[in-house]
Amino acid sequence: MSVVAENLRWGVRRKIIVSDVSLSVAPGETLGLIGPNGSGKSSLLRLLAGLRRPASGRVEINGQDIAGVARKALSRHVAFVQQSAATDTNVSVEDVVRLGRTPHRSALAGWSEGDEAAVTDALQRVGMTSRRTQAWQTLSGGERQRVHIARALAQAPQVMFLDEPTNHLDIHHQIEILRMVRDLDLTSVIALHDLNLAAMYCDRIVVLQDGQIHACGTPEEVLTPQLLKDVFRVSAHVDASADAGRPHIRFSAG
Amino acid sequence: MPASLSKGGAARLALLLFLSLIVLVFAVASATAIGDYNIALTTVFLSVTNELGLTGADIPPIEQSVVWNLRLSRALIAALAGAGLALCGAILQALLRNALAEPFVLGVSAGASTGAVCVIVLGIGAGSLSLSLGAFAGAFAAFGLVALLSNGATSGPNHTILAGVAASQLFNALTSYIVTTSGNAQQARDVMFWLLGSFGGVRWPDFQLLLVVVLFALAVCILMARSLDAFTFGDEDAASLGVPVARIRLVLFAVTALLTATIVSMVGAIGFVGLVVPHAARYVVGPMHLRLLPASALTGAIFMVVADIVSRIIATQQTVPIGVVTALVGVPFFAIILYRARPQA
Repeated sequence: MSVVAENLRWGVRRKIIVSDVSLSVAPGETLGLIGPNGSGKSSLLRLLAGLRRPASGRVEINGQDIAGVARKALSRHVAFVQQSAATDTNVSVEDVVRLGRTPHRSALAGWSEGDEAAVTDALQRVGMTSRRTQAWQTLSGGERQRVHIARALAQAPQVMFLDEPTNHLDIHHQIEILRMVRDLDLTSVIALHDLNLAAMYCDRIVVLQDGQIHACGTPEEVLTPQLLKDVFRVSAHVDASADAGRPHIRFSAG
Repeated sequence: MPASLSKGGAARLALLLFLSLIVLVFAVASATAIGDYNIALTTVFLSVTNELGLTGADIPPIEQSVVWNLRLSRALIAALAGAGLALCGAILQALLRNALAEPFVLGVSAGASTGAVCVIVLGIGAGSLSLSLGAFAGAFAAFGLVALLSNGATSGPNHTILAGVAASQLFNALTSYIVTTSGNAQQARDVMFWLLGSFGGVRWPDFQLLLVVVLFALAVCILMARSLDAFTFGDEDAASLGVPVARIRLVLFAVTALLTATIVSMVGAIGFVGLVVPHAARYVVGPMHLRLLPASALTGAIFMVVADIVSRIIATQQTVPIGVVTALVGVPFFAIILYRARPQA
């Protein structure tokens, strides 16, 4: 499914956070959202996922304006993975992944074989099958993140939005999660902090600054020393095709 | 550990609920038998069947009257009140994602007391329905105040509890003020009733109203149980799972206010039932609400009936306010939860 945003604006109490953003994501594409702290990545992601209503502008998913789609219907094909989900409730891994079936079930419907298959498959894809009955509270940060991605997968989405899914993870798990998302057969938009990871795993990158799109294009097109200086205020050297044709950024210590 | 929701799990839950129901029936029978003077269980049973027109056993009229008019209605109302307050606790704990949330702690019970007292003192209408409506307005006012003080759902969960403390202090003060300064203090019942609750003076018409309200609330909650599960990781997460968050919150807060108001207008503000019971139930049936809500309701009913028995026999010739008994159980429990909720090192 494609995702198209037109002239999105959003703010809190006169402070403009997302300002006139238009972008489009092709079906199956992995789009990275990068930008300094406070550039509006998370807010834009929530607008795209329909979790917040834009002050003006519109978001179309698969050619349909999401403002006119019921929350539940939207959740059957759009999943959102938040940055670091937390709960005090003593739930098991399986309980959490089962929540992903919520939009597909009516209030009192029983647990169907289709639901069970979706949960089993989702757990398998993130490699958490053996932890199925473990208490969620006892998982490490990386495992929790994987369980949340499994939950999103159990939603059977065609579009997935991820808000900094690699935060607080060690490098192994960062790479593992991004590789997994890239290899999924769905459209995804990922907000990321790590520029090299964005370069490695995103088909295209959108650079946000002060709520506006500063640049948009393939990693090679976008990640230039000049942009890094303008937007992120760092000086860096970029190896144009360090790893499989992807640029690699070396920051200067000075 | 939460059992799987497979067919075996459902059967186990059904068995558990059935056993709880038997315990509840036994508790109600005991509550009816035990009192200033004890009545044999067989007499209790025959009195009830006599009243229902099933038997014509020869039972002293006074015993029959005590069983039917005083004790059975009281025990059944205690059961319903316990079920209702436990439901409120389970709902509020899920919606506010706070282990300490319940109507008494959040000041909703206190608000309902103030509302009911206003109706009595100002003499607006009469009867249990207008009393309930007044309590409902008070409960909603308390909800509003807590929401305002805790700045909606955006601030941390601790703020909600602090706001609840402020709200309950304010409304308890208002209730005390109104009751003590009103000319017809007799009519307004005493302050102790509103602050600590009492099952004295409840009658059959109360039971019928409360039964309707509790069954209605239970039905609404069961229909929304799946949505409540989705709140496990917060409002936004629930929205991303397709839950219409604002609507669910509004409906469930209204149901909680209605339940609390109806209960408080009949038996005063009884604390800690809504706190203790859902945690105990969660420990047995797990955190998923399709199982938790009925389990909480039943456990709450049993807890309250037993608490009422204790309140009547703990001191000779005296009935201790029911809120004293529930607080004696609830406050240590509150302390345990608070202790366990401290930030992990």
